Amino acid sequence: MKIPMTEYLRIDLETEKWECRVCDHVIAPAGGNYKEGLLVHNRDPREIHPPIIDPDKYRFTFSPDPEWVRILEFCCPSCGTQVETEYAIPGHPPLWDMQVDVAALKAQWAARGPAALPDAGPVVMPERGHSH
Amino acid sequence: MNEMSTRAKTPTLEEMNLIKKFLDDTTLFLGPDPEIMQNHDLMPRTEIEDAAIGKVSDAHTVAKIRDRIQSGCDEGYEMVEQMGAAPGAKWGDVITGVYSASGDLAIASAGGVLIFSALVHHPIKFIIKNWMDDPTVGVKDGDGFIHNDSRYGNVHNTDQSMIIPIFHKGKLVCWVASTVHEGENGAIEPGGMPSMAESPSDEGLKMSPFKVVENYQIKRDILTFLQNSVREPKLQYEDMKVKLFACLRIKQRIEETLNSDGPEALMATLRLTMEQVRAEVKRRISEWPDMTVRSYIIQDSTLRENCVVKINCKLTKTGDRLIFDFRGSSPEFTNRATNTIVAGLKGMLAQVFLCYVWPDLPRGQAAFAPIEVITDPHSIVNCSYDAPNSQSLMSIFTGFTAGQHAVAKFLYSCPEKFTRVHAPTFNMINTFIWGGVSQHGETLGNLCADLNGMGAGATASRDGEHALAPIFATMADIGEQELNEEEVPFLQLVSKKMTRDAIAPGKYRGGQGYTMMVATKDSEQWGFMTTAQGAKIPPLQGLFGGYACGTYPLSKVKDVDVYDVLMNEPERFRHSIEEIMNEQPFEDADYSTHHMGMGFEISKRGELFMISQGAGAGYGDLLERDPENIIKDIEEGLISPEVAARLYKVVFDAATLAIDFDASEAARAEERQARIKRSVPYAEFVKGWNKPKPPAHLQYFGCWGDDVGTLYMGAPDITRRGDQPRPNYMMHPKDVRIAELEARLEAAGAMGDEKK
Repeated sequence: MKIPMTEYLRIDLETEKWECRVCDHVIAPAGGNYKEGLLVHNRDPREIHPPIIDPDKYRFTFSPDPEWVRILEFCCPSCGTQVETEYAIPGHPPLWDMQVDVAALKAQWAARGPAALPDAGPVVMPERGHSH
Repeated sequence: MNEMSTRAKTPTLEEMNLIKKFLDDTTLFLGPDPEIMQNHDLMPRTEIEDAAIGKVSDAHTVAKIRDRIQSGCDEGYEMVEQMGAAPGAKWGDVITGVYSASGDLAIASAGGVLIFSALVHHPIKFIIKNWMDDPTVGVKDGDGFIHNDSRYGNVHNTDQSMIIPIFHKGKLVCWVASTVHEGENGAIEPGGMPSMAESPSDEGLKMSPFKVVENYQIKRDILTFLQNSVREPKLQYEDMKVKLFACLRIKQRIEETLNSDGPEALMATLRLTMEQVRAEVKRRISEWPDMTVRSYIIQDSTLRENCVVKINCKLTKTGDRLIFDFRGSSPEFTNRATNTIVAGLKGMLAQVFLCYVWPDLPRGQAAFAPIEVITDPHSIVNCSYDAPNSQSLMSIFTGFTAGQHAVAKFLYSCPEKFTRVHAPTFNMINTFIWGGVSQHGETLGNLCADLNGMGAGATASRDGEHALAPIFATMADIGEQELNEEEVPFLQLVSKKMTRDAIAPGKYRGGQGYTMMVATKDSEQWGFMTTAQGAKIPPLQGLFGGYACGTYPLSKVKDVDVYDVLMNEPERFRHSIEEIMNEQPFEDADYSTHHMGMGFEISKRGELFMISQGAGAGYGDLLERDPENIIKDIEEGLISPEVAARLYKVVFDAATLAIDFDASEAARAEERQARIKRSVPYAEFVKGWNKPKPPAHLQYFGCWGDDVGTLYMGAPDITRRGDQPRPNYMMHPKDVRIAELEARLEAAGAMGDEKK
């Protein structure tokens, strides 16, 4: 049984691995930190949150200060889906954000059975709406 | 000798009782009681409650009485909202509730500020413990008690409660209370939430629970003292009356139940409601996966200066236990107001569940009762008695967000959900606090209701809603600014216009915030303050690949009278911060930007103060966002075409906004490959990224990495142990500035022969 744990990650209870829900890539051991199986990019926050007022004229611009905070972008090495972001102080070790008790998860789902699996899943490309 | 000293160290029971009586009789000051303040669980079931449940436990009877009491609470809530004089009352910053005889909140009004639901039980328990049997005070039918000092319960001392006991045939059966964010409280700055406070003595009225009503009449001598202590004496009187009469209306509804069903039915209903909710919460928790989730939120200021203040959260679920561990969060600031008492943090965490996870549960204290919270002593989330806490919202809101972010990661895999999985909602009170003398000659101090316009976080299946509600009250109101303007000498020249490009992107984007521009008009004695963080670092985290919001500064335009501009050259006026600051349309005016912790500042007629409400966080990979929704965002002025095209990799015609789907698909596929190319494997990344200590260029407070036992205190070489408190003073920002300038003068040899 495969348990969807986040929008893009699942745990295969048989193999005890984190997997990508978009491309089925096997990422990391389920008892460990899934981030260790991903790629990371240190993003300048100004690229995502652009200055609204002129940074040449003003100290505060609606854009985060890149000396104070960075965005760590974690993506699947196989399909490039952005699995997680972390707004981090420069140099702060990335968090082990989901530390799963795999044995307990297995026992919980053995009791529940696959019928209880949530049916929400990622939609990589939305359907095209019709236009005139 | 040894025998004698052994005997001296082991007093008999009789001696122990004598010592206890001596200490009880000679207590010099009844300060906040840790036994009450550190406990948020329900009081044990009493023998009287047990006997009542033995007589009445039929589910239908309990449901009927619960609904009746609930209606009574809602009726009281409506009364306060309609009649209250405080702006907070009008926008729903209110709660009413019925408490058990032991002081637990059993049933609260459906609307209003639910954080109060977790926090007003403390002062009632103080009254029970200290005043009930005190011959100089006592608790009698017709009494009413007032309270506002958060060290004895509640959030901050701008919130005032009226508490009355309910007796039936001479026996106490329950309590009723009504709480309102009153605003003004006589603090060092107007409006009730001073960010300039450097000690509790700067924070205005600090009311421990005391009797202010006898025989259902407000005691005029005490009332006069309270009026004399605040800037809005008429408001103080009016709202005390309003809260009292709301309590009396709820009392009337309770008496109807007492007469129709008897006291046992009432007490059984209150007790069973709480016990059943508590049991249901434990059952729901047991459905979550056993896991530890870690998150942290950064405060980027103390409201006086920019610095980095960590709120550290580790949430662990095992079986039916759920434990919030906030150890590693910043030490308390000895002379800054952003600290919170731990009960305030717990109250906000209760909101995560009552508002966003299990909104179907009856409102009350029980919903958070079984959840555990761990903190360091004298930390920013569990501050000491001597630390100021008038801006505790900064820490309880960022604590809330850390909790909301962590909880979402538990909920995704849960088969049984009661709400959608939810990215963090915006969490700062980006609004104007104001005060001074109005156009009618009244001395006023309060704030705009726009703090209630926080953008909602995106969910697993839809965008966040714009300017939806404050995180502490999902059923509140933004009020009518035009009505407010009849009372105050300023106008919001731009109000409720979405701030373009202040976005939180994702597969589903966060709900956005709106621009507010204010200018004083009819008073020479009027000013504003702003009290929010997040001008350098976003106060949120995104969820599952979504991004947080950006940052939000304060912009000012001085040396201008925009009313003259509007009268004589209206074409010069602009309706967005972007246009005014970039185009600088008013000649000879002074344009500047600031962080959002502006201390109270007198404003001249026509000077502009401009801020924006914030966006909730985004959810999921932004490359999965439906291109049609991106175009809709452009059409609605939420995002500019250039930013949309660059971030979302959607290709469209600049003139018609017609989407080229094939080109968009290709651009997105290309971006996924580009991501892989520019990113590095985790192990390689952390080798270059991870540092053993906080960076020296930031004033950093809190733990670093996994070592939660060491708390940094503003520099890499100044620390304390988490469990060993130390004072943590900040220099006055003006002294810091003076020192900087003096150093420059000295370096330039321009200090002259000034003696030191």
